[in-house]
Amino acid sequence: MRKRKPQYIVIGGGLAGLAATMKLCEDKAKVTLVSYQPVKRSHSVCAQGGINAAIDTKGEGDSPESHFYDTVKGGDFLAHQPLVRDMCYQAPAIIHLMDRLGVAFNRTPEGHLEFRRFGGTLYSRTAFAGSTTGQQLLYALDEQVRRYESEGQVKKLEWHEYLSAVLDSEGICRGAVLHDLRSGEIFTVKGDAVVLATGGPAQVYGKTTGSTVCNGAATTSAYLQGAKYANGEFIQVHPTAIPGQDKLRLMSESARGEGGRIWVSRKQNDNRDPLNIPEEERYYFLEENHPRFGNLVPRDVASREIHDIVYNQKLGIGGQPMVYLDLTHHSEGFLEHRLGGILDIYTKFTGDDPKKVPMKIFPAVHYSMGGIWTDYEDDGNGLIDHKSPRNQMTSIPGLYAAGECDYQFHGANRLGANSLLSCIYTGLMMGPGLIQYSRNLTSHVEEVSSTVFDQARDQWRGRMQAFKQMNGRENPYILHQELGEIMLANVLIVRENSRLAKALTQIDDLEIRFKDLQCPDTTHWSNPAPSMIQQLHCQIQLAKIITKGALIRNEFRGAHYKPEFDLNQPEDFDPHEYVEYNEKRQYGEIREDEFPPGHTSYMKRYEECNEKWLKTTIAEYQNNQPEISFEEVNTSLVQPRPRKYD
Amino acid sequence: MPDDKTIHLKIKRQDQPDGKSYWEEFELPRKPRANVISCLMDIQMHPITREGKEVTPVVWECNCLEEVCGACTMVINGKVRQACTALVDALPQPIVLEPMSKFPLVRDLHVDRSRMFENLKKVKAWIHIDGTYDIGEGPVIPEKQRAKAYLLSECMTCGCCLEACPQFAKDNDFMGASTFSQVRLFNMHPTGAMEQEERLDAIMGEGGIADCGNAQVCVEVCPKKIPLTESIAEIGRETTLQLLKNLFLK
Ligand SMILES: Cc1cc2nc3c(=O)[nH]c(=O)nc-3n(C[C@H](O)[C@H](O)[C@H](O)COP(=O)(O)OP(=O)(O)OC[C@H]3O[C@@H](n4cnc5c(N)ncnc54)[C@H](O)[C@@H]3O)c2cc1C
Ligand code: SF4
Ligand code: SF4
Ligand code: FES
Repeated sequence: MRKRKPQYIVIGGGLAGLAATMKLCEDKAKVTLVSYQPVKRSHSVCAQGGINAAIDTKGEGDSPESHFYDTVKGGDFLAHQPLVRDMCYQAPAIIHLMDRLGVAFNRTPEGHLEFRRFGGTLYSRTAFAGSTTGQQLLYALDEQVRRYESEGQVKKLEWHEYLSAVLDSEGICRGAVLHDLRSGEIFTVKGDAVVLATGGPAQVYGKTTGSTVCNGAATTSAYLQGAKYANGEFIQVHPTAIPGQDKLRLMSESARGEGGRIWVSRKQNDNRDPLNIPEEERYYFLEENHPRFGNLVPRDVASREIHDIVYNQKLGIGGQPMVYLDLTHHSEGFLEHRLGGILDIYTKFTGDDPKKVPMKIFPAVHYSMGGIWTDYEDDGNGLIDHKSPRNQMTSIPGLYAAGECDYQFHGANRLGANSLLSCIYTGLMMGPGLIQYSRNLTSHVEEVSSTVFDQARDQWRGRMQAFKQMNGRENPYILHQELGEIMLANVLIVRENSRLAKALTQIDDLEIRFKDLQCPDTTHWSNPAPSMIQQLHCQIQLAKIITKGALIRNEFRGAHYKPEFDLNQPEDFDPHEYVEYNEKRQYGEIREDEFPPGHTSYMKRYEECNEKWLKTTIAEYQNNQPEISFEEVNTSLVQPRPRKYD
Repeated sequence: MPDDKTIHLKIKRQDQPDGKSYWEEFELPRKPRANVISCLMDIQMHPITREGKEVTPVVWECNCLEEVCGACTMVINGKVRQACTALVDALPQPIVLEPMSKFPLVRDLHVDRSRMFENLKKVKAWIHIDGTYDIGEGPVIPEKQRAKAYLLSECMTCGCCLEACPQFAKDNDFMGASTFSQVRLFNMHPTGAMEQEERLDAIMGEGGIADCGNAQVCVEVCPKKIPLTESIAEIGRETTLQLLKNLFLK
C-alpha cells in the first residue's frame, strides 16, 4: 500500500501561512492554501522596519537570553516564558534561513548581515531589508511556496474566503467551509488539520495602520464555534502614524531606530514653521523623561506620553493632535539608503519631504497582542518540544493557528520587529507537531461521514443567502465605520471603566441595528457585499471580546492603561529591588524601612496586583456574549518585576 | 457642478467578464487628504450616482493602501497606477477610473493578473535551497550588489509595466518586463545563479525576451522605479551568450 500523505488546509498566505506551508511541504505533505487575494499581496508586505534576532555582530554582548528577557519584560510578563524563550533561541537560525532564501537584507562592509536598533532594547538586534522588510520576507516565502505549487504539492485557492471549520460529531476539526469570492459558490475541503494564519483584527477599529483584509473574521468564527479567544483587550497603539482618510499609514519605528527624535514646541498652540523653532524652545519629551531609552522606549510608553502631551499638556503642533518626528539632522544620502521606502510613503501622502522638514505624526491602532487561544508543550528545560502536536493547537482539536492571529508571544505589549519573527517562527515551529497530529489520528478524514461536510456546507449556504437577502435600512459599510468610531473613542490608549461600559452598550445597539441591514448588492458574480456583512457580524462579536476584557481587567499592564489602577511607581525605584524583595519575602513580612521610603508598599501593591491579574484573559462564546475567565501564565523562567524604561 | 467642495468621478463598470461595459458618474463631498480609494469607500457607503440612481457599490481590489501590495492598480485619468497613492487634490476632474485593459476582467475595476504569477513559475523565480534546516549563515554578499538586487526585489507584481507595454496583449504569451527583471534578480544571487541557465532557456522561446520591441514605456510607468530597461538589456546579453553556449555545447 502507498503511504498516505498527510494533507492540510492553511488559511492565509502572510508570513505565518507561507512559512507553515513551506515547512509542511518539506515534510512531503499536501497543502491547500486559501486566501482572500493572491497571497503575494498579503498584509505582511506592509511591515517596514525589520525582524529581530540576537546575533550580536557588533560585540555588544547581546544573546538570545537577553532577547527573551527584553520580550517578556516588554510584554509586562504576560506571555508564556518557555515559548518566548524558544522563539528567541530559534531567531538567529530563522534570519539565516531567510537570508539563504534570497532576502536582500542590508549588509555590513564585509558583506555580512547589518543590524539596527529598535524599541524596548539597548542592543542592535534588528535585521532589515531597506525599509520594506516585510515585503522582502513575504516574497521569499511566496517564492518557495510557488516552487512547491509548480511541483503539485500546493494547491492555491486565492479569491476564496474561509467561513468556518468543519467539526465532526466529536468536535474534531476535519476541514473548512470556503466561499469562492468570484462565483459565490460555497463548498467544503477536507484535511487532517486546518491552520488559521489569518493575521490581525485591525478593521474592528476602522481606520488603523492595518490593511483592508485584516478583519479578524476567521478567528472570531472559530470563537463562535467554541474556540477560546485570549487577551483580546491588549491592542497595540503605535506611536507614530500619518493621519489619512482611508488609512493611518505607519511611520516605522525604524525612523527612531535610525535616530529620529520626537518633539513639540514648549509653547502651546505654536504655529511657527518647525525649522524656525530654536533648539532651546523644543521639548524632546521622550529623551527628557527617559534618558537611557530616549526615543526608543516601548510603544505603549511612547503612545501614552504623546497622548499626555497632546491632550493633557495641550502641546500638540499648533494645538492639533500631532507631534514632530524629526530626521532632518541626518544627511539626505544616509536617509535615502537606510529609510528610503518609508520616507517615500510620507512624501507620497503628505507632499512634504521628511529629509527636509520634520514629519507630523500621531498614534494609531496597529497590532493585536491577543488572538485565538493556542497551546504549547515545553520540554522541561525552558524550551519547546517541537514534536508535540499540542503546539499552536486551538482549543478545537485539529484547528491550529499561527502568526498575528494567535496570542502567545507578546504578552501585554509587543516589541517592534518581534512580530515578523513570531509569524515565521510559529509557521515553521508548528510543522513537526502537525505531522505528528496526523500520525496520531485514529480515524482519518476519509472515514468521516459525508453528511458532516454536507451539513456544514448547507448551513453556510443558508446563512450567506440570508445575508444577501437582507433588505432593511442600514448600510453595512456605514455600520462598520460606526463600530470603528466606538472603539477608537472608548477602547484605546487611556481606558476608563465608565466609557468601556458605555461602549459595550453601544456595541449592543449596533448589533440590534445589524438586523436591519440592507445588502447593497444582490448580484451573483464577484459580489463582496454578503462577505462584508458576515465579516461585520464577526467584528461586532470581536469588539465585545476586546471591550469586555478591557472592562473587567482592573489594572494597568502594558498597552492596557487604566489610570485609576496605576500603581504609581516611585520615581527612584529600581526594578532589581523587587527581586531582592521576593527573596526576603520567603522569610516573612518585610518592614517598610528595608527599602527606600514608599518602595515596600509599592512592591506590595505590585505583588497583589500580579496575584490577581498576571493571568491570561479567556473569552468563550456563551449566550451570544463573551464569558470571561482567567488562566495562569507560565512565568517559570524569570521573575516578573515592575517595568521601567529610564 | 463640481466645485472645490466636491469630487466628480467617472467610473467604467462591467458586471461580468463577458458582459458589456457602461459608465457611471458620482459626485462626492471633498475631504482632506482623500485618495481614489477613500472615494470608492465613500461610494460603498452611499452608492448613488450623480443622477440620483441607486446602484451597486463599485468593485475593486485593494489591501495595503500604501503602494506595496500592488492590488489596487487601475487606469486613472488614462494613466495606469495605484489608486491608493492617487491623491484627489493632485488629479484634474472629473477623475476617470477604468480597469486595466490587458488582463481578463473580473468585475468593474477588478482584473485577474494570474498570468503574472504563472510567468514567475515558468522562469523559476525562486532560490532553490537544500532545505530549511539550520545549516548556518547565508552567502557573503557585497552591500553594493545587495542594493542592486533590492531595487529589483521591490517589484509588487502590479502589472503597470505590462498594461503600458505595446508588445503585451491579452492574446499573446509575451512575458513582459517584470518577468525579465525577476530573472535578472534571481540570476544575480550567488545561489540563484546555479539555475541561471534554466531561467534563461525559459525566456528564449515564444513570448520571451526576443519579442521585446524596446519601446521602453514600461520603465516610465513602474511605480517602484525598477530599472526595467537595464534589466532587459542585461538579460538580453545573457540570453545571447546562452544561445551561443547552447549551439556549441549541446
Ligand atoms: C504598517 C505595519 C508595519 C509593520 N511593521 C512591522 C515590522 O517592521 N516588524 C514586525 O515584526 N512587525 C511589523 N508589523 C506587524 C506584522 O506586519 C504583522 O503582524 C504580520 O505581518 C502578520 O502576518 P500574518 O502572517 O500573521 O498575517 P497577514 O500577513 O496579515 O496575512 C493574513 C492572510 O490571511 C488571509 N485571510 C485572512 N482572513 C481570511 C479568511 N477569512 N479567508 C481567507 N483568507 C483570509 C489574508 O488574505 C492573508 O493572506 C507591522 C504591521 C503593520 C500594520
Ligand atoms: S521595453 Fe517596450 S516592449 Fe519591452 S517590455 Fe518594455 S514596454 Fe514592453
Ligand atoms: S516591474 Fe514595476 S510596474 Fe512592473 S509589475 Fe513590477 S512593480 Fe509593477
Ligand atoms: S492597496 Fe496595495 S498598492 Fe494600493
